[in-house]
Amino acid sequence: MSTLPAQSNSSGDAPLWKKYQAANHYRSKEEEFDACKLGMWLFLTTEVLLFAGIFVGYAVFRMLYPEAWANGSSYLDWRWGGLNTIVLLVSSYTMAVSIHHAQLNNQAALKRNLLITILCGAAFIAIKLTMEYIPKWSAGKAPGGSFFSYPFATDPHEPLWWGIYYCGTGIHALHVLIGMSLIFWVYMKARKGHYGPNHYTGVEVVGLYWHLVDLIWIFLFPLLYLIG
Amino acid sequence: MSEHAAKADGNEDMSTIDHHGSHALGGHHDEGSYLSLKGGIVSTMWAWATTIDHKKLGVMYLAAVLTLFFLGGVAALAVRVELFQPTTMVNGKITGQVFQDAGGAVAAGHAIYNRIFTLHGAIMVFMVIVPGIPSALGNFLLPIMLGAKDVAFPRLNLLSWWVYVVGSVLGVVSIIMGGVDTGWTFYTPYSTSTDWDVYMRVVLMIGAAFVLGFSSILTGLNFVVTVHKLRAPGMGWFDMPLFVWAIYSTAIIQVLATPVIGITLLLLIFERLFHVGIFDPAIGGDPVLFQHFFWFYSHPVVYVMILPAFGVISELITVHSHKKIFGYRAMAFASLGVAFVSFLVWGHHMFASMGEMASAVFSALTFLVAIPTAVKVFNWVATLYKGSIQFTAPMVYALFFLFLFTIGGLTGLPLGTLSTDLHLHDSYFVVAHFHYVMMGGTIISFVAGIHHWWPKMFGKMYNERWAIIGACLVFVGFNLTFFTQFILGTRGMPRRYATYIPEFTNLHQLSTYGSFILLLGFLVHLFVFIHSLVAGRPAPKNPWGGLSLEWETDSPPIEHNFHHEPLVKHGPYDFETTVPPHWDPKDYPIPASNFTAAKH
Repeated sequence: MSTLPAQSNSSGDAPLWKKYQAANHYRSKEEEFDACKLGMWLFLTTEVLLFAGIFVGYAVFRMLYPEAWANGSSYLDWRWGGLNTIVLLVSSYTMAVSIHHAQLNNQAALKRNLLITILCGAAFIAIKLTMEYIPKWSAGKAPGGSFFSYPFATDPHEPLWWGIYYCGTGIHALHVLIGMSLIFWVYMKARKGHYGPNHYTGVEVVGLYWHLVDLIWIFLFPLLYLIG
Repeated sequence: MSEHAAKADGNEDMSTIDHHGSHALGGHHDEGSYLSLKGGIVSTMWAWATTIDHKKLGVMYLAAVLTLFFLGGVAALAVRVELFQPTTMVNGKITGQVFQDAGGAVAAGHAIYNRIFTLHGAIMVFMVIVPGIPSALGNFLLPIMLGAKDVAFPRLNLLSWWVYVVGSVLGVVSIIMGGVDTGWTFYTPYSTSTDWDVYMRVVLMIGAAFVLGFSSILTGLNFVVTVHKLRAPGMGWFDMPLFVWAIYSTAIIQVLATPVIGITLLLLIFERLFHVGIFDPAIGGDPVLFQHFFWFYSHPVVYVMILPAFGVISELITVHSHKKIFGYRAMAFASLGVAFVSFLVWGHHMFASMGEMASAVFSALTFLVAIPTAVKVFNWVATLYKGSIQFTAPMVYALFFLFLFTIGGLTGLPLGTLSTDLHLHDSYFVVAHFHYVMMGGTIISFVAGIHHWWPKMFGKMYNERWAIIGACLVFVGFNLTFFTQFILGTRGMPRRYATYIPEFTNLHQLSTYGSFILLLGFLVHLFVFIHSLVAGRPAPKNPWGGLSLEWETDSPPIEHNFHHEPLVKHGPYDFETTVPPHWDPKDYPIPASNFTAAKH
């Protein structure tokens, strides 16, 4: 308990997680936890279906215009993509570890790992922006008919490749940002001592979300960077 | 375990629970009706706007959906007035004052016509029929029918409501700015190349549909979890009312299909704003891909529209004929079956753009839908057999539903058959078919359900005689409006045209007369509802003699729905075993032994 920050807690010194009560339309905390997890799994299903649209578009046009796809892919540097994959995998590990520490009431380790996860997310976005988006954009490799001006493009369908590339990675990056905000929210609650062995719902469901964000990148990375 | 016991103790006395500071939910502690007003107008409005009570959210959805139904209905009347004569009316005569281009010039009659029918379609589909029964009646009834205090995630439910409001406002803003003429299906390349003068209108309308999709997903997710986790003690899956089964099947489709339209509309917005090219043939994109994506959502969503209607009709037919539903499990599985098959049939919207083999497969899959649907119609009719039928307004509507939906369903078959569809597609036959299903099915059962649960929602009875008169007017008006369109369609009248050849004039005029009878019918209903709110006599707990849990609560229910957590001791349709012989609805409640509250 000594790891908890000093709180002006009027109702005694028990940490918040010990005092947690399920919302009163649930019969028990266990029921509430199960409901929240089921809800998040269903939400993840919707996320998978959302990205399915991008993947189907990728597959259809890859089949129609293999040259454009090979050409476009050759401009992506697998080393930056690979680094970002490692960054996200590490963040998934720290996220899983923070759930573990919440269950064991290691408050300091919980907060530390949540912070590392957020920082990994930030590193992913930073690499994506400075090493990939901005240089490509300024070279004219932009999405679609309005912005694409890459003069050395050999295939007339290459704008389409960049359209898919920016839509897929852009929507994924948006999910990374949303995930980071959610983890930050969990972190702020963890600082106040909301999570512990008998109540870690927030850490668990946000963790599930973060793993999905990671998983989508695991699919995007080889499709865009590795198979030309 | 000790917490569990403490919680159970708490249930015995509501006031103990509510003293816990951590209980943000259910902030009101008294046992009064959920409708009772506390404080002034501003604080009441604020309390409603921020409520997490599923009943208040249901009532707010009901009000919003009915308002938008009125707006969409006015557009439909404008369409019918325009079609009263073969040529277009003088430019701007009907609508030119309101629907002007940004430049101020009165748009041509055809453009106005296109915008009005798009307005009608988009409002009715995305803002009325899809959210209508699940969000309004479902929100109100689902937790009560399950014996729960609320849905699984009440705050998410509130979010979902506000997302719906934002989406509807976006749509209406787009209309006020001049509207779109893409049709509610937003087919590319038309939707990416039209209205460039003030292109934000199309983006706004697509954005509205995208945002409304979020609301739909969140509501569906909430309902699935609620059904899984919050059933009352003693209520197994096959003790649930069929309305709950229907809402559950609907919610599964909402969760699994809506994300696909989400990404599709998002890509469409990117297409318009950045020209990414995915749907643009000019740089290699594929407009038909849009249609595949669109119908992968929008065909299942047709069942999002009709499945809840099935649920409503199942309730009405059993309760108002006081007879156990025929084939309960078949009904439950038919709902799930429709939900499953709905994902396999989207291709029948693109017969013309697919190969022969694919078309034949999709055609065959489409016929599969007829099986669970026919099971349902058969079971409803079998339920009526030897029942003690009462001709209340909900029952009259349920019978109209059987008639209209059967016509709507059977006329779907020639459209699913390749050879006949070649002649009928994009004709008035299609228009009449989906109006018989969507309006004769969904809207009719929505109105029927509002009558059935009106006493429960507002604690007032309505005037039965006038409600039945309204129902009959709607029935006559509906058939006059749309049966003529079957004939028009088979004779070759194409859909979405503002003008037609003079030979069609008589049928078109009959249809327009019908639409005004329809209007009259709905005005009668409006009058009946207002009269009931102002001067209706107080409703008893159980005016119809239903056996599902919502008839066990007060009318209107208290904040927490039940004074004690209900314990389910009989099925929702066990009239033979539960209700004494020679009963009368006035005798309710049924002898207390059957309805013992759970004692902890």
